[in-house]
Amino acid sequence: MQIMIKVVLFLILAPVLGGLLSGFDRKIGARFQGRQGPPLLQPFYDLHKLFSKQSVVVNGVQDFLVGGFFVFVIFTGCIFFAGGDLLLVFFALTLAEVFLIMSASSANSPYSAMGAQRELVQMMAYEPMMLLAAIGFYIATGSFNVSEIVHTATPVIAVLPGMFFGFLYILTIKLRKSPFDISTSHHAHQEMVKGLTTELSGNVLALVELAGWYEDVLLLGFVGLFIINLEWWSILAAVAVCILCYFLEIFVDNLFPRVKWDKMLGSTWLVTLVAGGINLLVLTLVY
Amino acid sequence: MIVSLMVFPFIAALILSMLKPGKLRDLFVFASCVLIVVTVTAFSVSALCNGRNQSYLVETQLLDKGMLLAELGLMGLVFYYSFRHKQYYAALLSAAQTLPIAWMELSGRSAEGGSHIVVDDLTVIMCMVVGVVGCLICVYAVGYIREYHKHHPEYKDRSSFFFSMLFVFLGAMFGLVFSSNLTWIYFFWEITSICSFLLIGYNQSEEAIRNSFRALWMNLLGGLGFAVAILYSSMVLDIANIQDLVTLGTGSQTAIIPVILLAFAALTKSAQMPFSRWLLGAMVAPTPTSALLHSATMVKAGVYLLIRLSPALYGNLAGIMVTTIGGFTFFAASLLAISQSDGKKVLAYSTISNLGLITACAGVGLHEAVWAGILLLVFHAVSKSLMFLSVGAVENSTGSRNIEDMHGLIVKLPKLAFVMIVGISGMFLAPFGMLISKWAALKAFVDSKSILLVIFLVFGSASTLFYWGKWLGKLVAVIHRSERLPDKLEKSDWFSIYTLAFLVIALCVSFPLLSTYLVQPFLVQMFHENLAAVISSSDLKTMFLMLCTIVILPVMVRLLTFGKENKIVISYMGGANSGDDRHFTDSFGQETSMYLANWYMEDLFGEKKILRPSLVLASAGLIVLMIVAIGGVI
Repeated sequence: MQIMIKVVLFLILAPVLGGLLSGFDRKIGARFQGRQGPPLLQPFYDLHKLFSKQSVVVNGVQDFLVGGFFVFVIFTGCIFFAGGDLLLVFFALTLAEVFLIMSASSANSPYSAMGAQRELVQMMAYEPMMLLAAIGFYIATGSFNVSEIVHTATPVIAVLPGMFFGFLYILTIKLRKSPFDISTSHHAHQEMVKGLTTELSGNVLALVELAGWYEDVLLLGFVGLFIINLEWWSILAAVAVCILCYFLEIFVDNLFPRVKWDKMLGSTWLVTLVAGGINLLVLTLVY
Repeated sequence: MIVSLMVFPFIAALILSMLKPGKLRDLFVFASCVLIVVTVTAFSVSALCNGRNQSYLVETQLLDKGMLLAELGLMGLVFYYSFRHKQYYAALLSAAQTLPIAWMELSGRSAEGGSHIVVDDLTVIMCMVVGVVGCLICVYAVGYIREYHKHHPEYKDRSSFFFSMLFVFLGAMFGLVFSSNLTWIYFFWEITSICSFLLIGYNQSEEAIRNSFRALWMNLLGGLGFAVAILYSSMVLDIANIQDLVTLGTGSQTAIIPVILLAFAALTKSAQMPFSRWLLGAMVAPTPTSALLHSATMVKAGVYLLIRLSPALYGNLAGIMVTTIGGFTFFAASLLAISQSDGKKVLAYSTISNLGLITACAGVGLHEAVWAGILLLVFHAVSKSLMFLSVGAVENSTGSRNIEDMHGLIVKLPKLAFVMIVGISGMFLAPFGMLISKWAALKAFVDSKSILLVIFLVFGSASTLFYWGKWLGKLVAVIHRSERLPDKLEKSDWFSIYTLAFLVIALCVSFPLLSTYLVQPFLVQMFHENLAAVISSSDLKTMFLMLCTIVILPVMVRLLTFGKENKIVISYMGGANSGDDRHFTDSFGQETSMYLANWYMEDLFGEKKILRPSLVLASAGLIVLMIVAIGGVI
């Protein structure tokens, strides 16, 4: 029953939160550039408009595959917020991503095909760090389950600083922020139109946007997991850290130019190996 | 029943070698396959009902003599081929292992005692894998080989020989998994080596012969290790069968020399680095051969032996050698697979890499690691044979097995594309089999505190994701106005392919049963302790929910899009399309056709770049670890 409530809460609150975050992002981004920026609720207006539009597709399987992406992103979020297994969360997220990539490849379009390949490189780049972070939680708390991880006495970040840093690094990829927004970007200055989502429009594109909001909340939830413990105030601390991290990502997004894919892959793997690997080594020696 | 499983395939092979190509022979192949599958099923059921662990044949003087003769015959065969093709080193290797064994047997120095045949749960699992998957491949081979010779008129039709070799292979595998006596295992081990040599060289082209000799010498080198292990355990330890060897080797150093030599033999057979090249060379053979070598037999013999040895590998240098080589192979082979566009080559690298994972699991020697290893073995056999058979079918239908040419397969050959999607998902996606066992392996590596393995696994599985993901993308591309190709497959081919696809899906639902009734009892007996479920029941429920979600996805998507009519257009090419989604107007105003290629990242992961360093690294690691381990005892 409790799990059901959590799932329902996630289903309702996550898009609200995600949309607000996105509005916040646009506002801050505009201020960085000395513009006024759109109203905070602009993402909701945009989404509403997208949903009311007819979708223009290039084939019959595209919307099906995007639907798969949408459903599994939400599914993943539900596993996480219901207190499920972290590894399973990542595996389900991988499945969702594969759906999105298949939809982009199915379009037989140069821009979306390139976006799909780049998205695969992105996945290859961030996947090791994600798994390592989950392993770090397991060694530190003795469980892969979110519901048990939050019941630790001290915040996990105390023993997982390297993992936390590595996770922040890949968060830039996952949130599609520059310098790592190579497969698709919300910035206009991109050389390959909209990459992954070039061939999507109308209500199908709206599903991708909405799924993105759910995913952002899930990722910030993961950031919060580093902080949350048995103390009540840890929840406030976690929220503060999440906001701080999100702000940091916006900052990085506006500060750095986009890099080439090989730079992204190389640097991410290096950070994973050094920050994650050393943290893991120390952790195994201690526990 | 055991005897019939061990003997019948050989008889069938003998009859097949005399039959001429035609209806009669095809019928005979089908009938033999049905018979083998029925016997395997009956055997498994009876083993499950009547309790496990039966052992037979304590006194086998006469049989041993017969085997010795056959072994000398095999040596003669190797001599014949190596002199014919002037590859003398193969003859040397063969003589170096067969003659000492023969001397040991004839001079009565071999250890006696213990039963020669032992049946336990692992035997039952292996029997089902070999019997069911192996027979499905044989059934598929009937239609395939006919089409193969239509496409390749330049090769001589030796298909009767081909079928008889397939059955010899199955027989040898059954023999291998039933045997407990080391000399017996060695005998069947050698048969599989020589059989694979003959099968790889099937079409007698120059490349085929070169590759078959590479397979031969690498496997004979492993055989040499096996032979020395037998000599040592027989003459120094006075041990004749593998169970006793493992019992002795668990927790003590006395048996480490034979254990490490057997592990070395297993590494060559499972094509672990630095011996991976023979398996890649094996692609020149017709597809059923590759399917058989990669999924149900040959390479599985190696990991089977490692799983048997695993308690003796726990916490010693032999174990470290096996896990290091296995983990490294998993990582390096999955990187190498990224740069390949030949479908079969990607499959080959993926086999090597997955076997590396099984090897690493066995080398860890912990309860849950071996659990993961056995499940990986089963899942891999089914998914990989499905992939090989469908790639072979695509090759027969379109004339190419290049992944680039599979662009838009979902329109051209929808049924094949669909089974390939199932097969690929089975290889790396949740909630399918391989992923579950990879998950368990990861947990086991973490629990055994092997950081190196954990690192290899996380990076290796990321690259695995890349090469399967881009293959999936190629399959689902929908090109406007492309035609469906005629279905050239025979009914028997479809039967094999569909059955395997069904098995991939069915296993993902039913693997908890497999685990409870076969794997767990075997492990309890092997490690003398009970283990809590490796994957908790709530996770299983979640995964089942995932599978259901995939099944009802079409309905959900209909609901999500609110029944809106989509407008279909052609894809965007900067406004320069010329009429369809395949041509565009270039900057000279000319019409140019578009070609979408996957990424292969040759500069980073190409064979030229990383194959040699990884082979050198693996060889160095293997040699150093072996010397240290053996030297430590002497």
